[in-house]
Amino acid sequence: MPDSNIQEGAYNYAYLDEQTKRMIRRAILKAMAVPGYQVPFGGREMPLPYGWGTGGIQVTAAIIGQDDTLKVIDQGADDTTNAVSIRRFFARVADVATTTSTAEATIIQTRHRVPETPLREGQIMVFQVPIPEPLRMLEPRETETRTLHALSEYGVMQVSLYESIARHGRIAKTYNYPVMVNGRYIMSPSPIPKFDNPKLDRSPALQLYGAGREKRIYAVPPYTPVKSLDFDDHPFEVESWTECCALCGSRQSFLDEMIVDDAGKRMFICSDTDWCERRR
Amino acid sequence: MYVAVKGGETAIAHSLDLIADKRRGDRDVAELSLEQIDQQLGLAVDRVMTEGSCYDRALAALAIKQARGDLVEAIFLLRAYRTTLPRFGDSVPLDTTSMVVERRISGTFKDIPGGQVLGPTYDYTHRLLDFSLAASGERPHAPTAPIDSAHTLPRVGDILERDGLLEPPPKGPPQGEKSDDLTRQPLTLPASRPLRLQNLARGDEGFLLALGYSTQRGYGNNHPFVGEIRFGGVPVCFVPEELGFAVEIADIDVTECDMVNQFAGSHDVPPQFTRGYGLAFGHAERKAMAMALVDRALRAQELSESADSPAQDEEFVLAHSDNVEASGFVQHLKLPHYVDFQSELVTVRALRAEVEQRNRRAALDQAAE
Amino acid sequence: MSGPLLAAPILSSRGLTKRFGSRIACRDIDFDLWPGEVLGVVGESGSGKTTLLNCLAGRMTPEGGSITYDSAAYGPVDVHGLSEARRRLLSRTEWGFVNQDARDGLRMGVSAGANIGERLMAVGARHYGDIRRTAAQWLDRVEIEQDRLDDRPTTYSGGMRQRLQIARNLVSKPRLVFMDEPTGGLDVSVQARILDLLRGLVGTLNLSAVLVTHDLGVARLLTHRLMVMQGGRVVEDGLTDQVLDDPQHAYTQMLVASILPV
Repeated sequence: MPDSNIQEGAYNYAYLDEQTKRMIRRAILKAMAVPGYQVPFGGREMPLPYGWGTGGIQVTAAIIGQDDTLKVIDQGADDTTNAVSIRRFFARVADVATTTSTAEATIIQTRHRVPETPLREGQIMVFQVPIPEPLRMLEPRETETRTLHALSEYGVMQVSLYESIARHGRIAKTYNYPVMVNGRYIMSPSPIPKFDNPKLDRSPALQLYGAGREKRIYAVPPYTPVKSLDFDDHPFEVESWTECCALCGSRQSFLDEMIVDDAGKRMFICSDTDWCERRR
Repeated sequence: MYVAVKGGETAIAHSLDLIADKRRGDRDVAELSLEQIDQQLGLAVDRVMTEGSCYDRALAALAIKQARGDLVEAIFLLRAYRTTLPRFGDSVPLDTTSMVVERRISGTFKDIPGGQVLGPTYDYTHRLLDFSLAASGERPHAPTAPIDSAHTLPRVGDILERDGLLEPPPKGPPQGEKSDDLTRQPLTLPASRPLRLQNLARGDEGFLLALGYSTQRGYGNNHPFVGEIRFGGVPVCFVPEELGFAVEIADIDVTECDMVNQFAGSHDVPPQFTRGYGLAFGHAERKAMAMALVDRALRAQELSESADSPAQDEEFVLAHSDNVEASGFVQHLKLPHYVDFQSELVTVRALRAEVEQRNRRAALDQAAE
Repeated sequence: MSGPLLAAPILSSRGLTKRFGSRIACRDIDFDLWPGEVLGVVGESGSGKTTLLNCLAGRMTPEGGSITYDSAAYGPVDVHGLSEARRRLLSRTEWGFVNQDARDGLRMGVSAGANIGERLMAVGARHYGDIRRTAAQWLDRVEIEQDRLDDRPTTYSGGMRQRLQIARNLVSKPRLVFMDEPTGGLDVSVQARILDLLRGLVGTLNLSAVLVTHDLGVARLLTHRLMVMQGGRVVEDGLTDQVLDDPQHAYTQMLVASILPV
């Protein structure tokens, strides 16, 4: 995205016009009133492609103000190209302070991870969501999935978990692991690893989920119960590693696997770069 | 010692420089002007305007230049720009009946009032590469009859409709009522006709072409005939609040296709031919025709026909017709997915270990026998 | 069953009429189905019997008349007056529907165990081992080998798929089962075994059922009462043996006479 396109005064604060922000905020409020329910919204064309986080960007653009401090991560890192691109976008159009520190941020926009540092009240997590519908791979029709949610007809989801155990001996879903929100709606937590699911349960932070291409917003207000689906005799489990982080020694964080030479030698390093740096 | 890779910002900056360089290409070659693109690649400009939902030849030409000829990328650029434009309201519906026609043909009758006006088209050319185009050289203008804007051509559809043979066109929203707008509200299914047509008008030409083609090959055939195709100029009129009457704010070229399809009847209504409709900016017959075929296919349920072909599946067609959405999601797979992949790796390794263990145990058991 | 005998019909139809455009598929259908009864609806193709079944089961909306079901959850309800939510819940808990083609009533892409377990999971069953055990027991009851529990119905024969469909329906202990030609399209020997199975299950579980068939042999074996349909109307009804042994209406007589002697 060439810098010359964004001149001073050529765009409204945070890029979106006030009408659009108002429309998105209304959708957010509705989403918070019904935790886990997908609210359709009139998503706009953004200067980044669909699939690159336009939903998250629109949510952030609707809520960000000059007093905010923004952190943007992708795969847990602040310096992956997409996180860099989005952070630059907001620094320019919203004239807002940015940070790599989870503790200092007021808004954290993320793709595919929840920070290891526990969140506090007053912080907002904005998740980028590719496919907001948790039942989509089981039922391709939107008209049908909408009905299933409305009638709480979630048998098909439990069947898919049963089938996974029958075939693999365990629930083989590792990311985008479906959750039940506030005991009512099944929700997709976005493609975070299931390792991060427990962090969503009764989090003190506000969770907002934005899907730009599919044009849906949903939310989990602070302290809302979020339960990962399972069976009584096959309870939900998170990933674990035998190794620890090669840089900071952490045994409690999600580890990325790096292939470091041609022979295939492997090293494990914290996915959350901020967390890792603070420990060193 | 492994050092975490940094420098994403710098890498991005260099990538932007590289693409700007590639876009310009060999500096010894003359730079393209927007006028050249508009004039001599006009059909590309037409397509970008249609799927970009914005009639502005200069902007579309700029988008094509910036996108190095990748039309889907150009459409994306134009749409992203369109989003930022202020809106004044809806125009008066285009009156294509009073179009100043450059080309007008019908497949349903040999001759029609006003005649078959062939106009400018590739339809009658022989597809032989013309190497004289490799060198520049001017050619004389083609002779044209003087344009008589008072003489507008009656629609073939109106003639058929007058005899009750063709269903009347569907009514639009009542005067003054706001029409649905796909760029402002999400698509809801089942879709209203305005939303459906907007979706198809903005939809990828290739996708609609394939679907329309499939209906002709039996996947939901609706026996289409070209009732009329017309291409030419129509004024765009708008009623500003302060004035209270319509003023002409622009003159645009559009291509319109009326398909006449399989007749239908019911207990109360005697059989009559049915319609499919297509509209595109500029000269885009393939798009308008494909759109009309798909529009009619998507009316299958409305007309109590069995609807089991892809082109008749409203959810399938309308959810996947947008090439900006499709391109984004397909290409987003290039983004890092290593965390999700890591989760999968962990699981696959564990499952393989279990299988291995089971096989080892089975081998031991067998050896023991 | 506690309570007074014949307290109320489990299913009642009054004046049921269904049209497709100008064609009347079934007209003015009246009947009462009593708890524990199996009602057969016979006729040739085009008689309207399948349309009738679909209206009774809430799958199609009639143009006229009403259908009343005496539900365990809400008492007597007007089937088409119910909200879609309630009707869908009823059809998954108190009703069963056995389709002629088992593929229409099964999830072909998941295992037999998942198919049978679905209704249990839909109402909250969350113990994998228990669900699996129950599913295995039902496979046994419908005479399928238990080691086929994890196989998908795509690997099953037609007869096995039909048994699986029956198990999938009956696991939720429905009170009323609708059956549309449950043995249609199967080999004669397979048919016989499935009919035996159905007869046994209907008896043991004290099911009420509406069974549509063109096969008078099936009707005789499974049903207590019979309605004969022709051109959308009921032309004769009564106890099955009486109707088949002493048909009164000319059409019934023709049907009975056309049974090929084996």
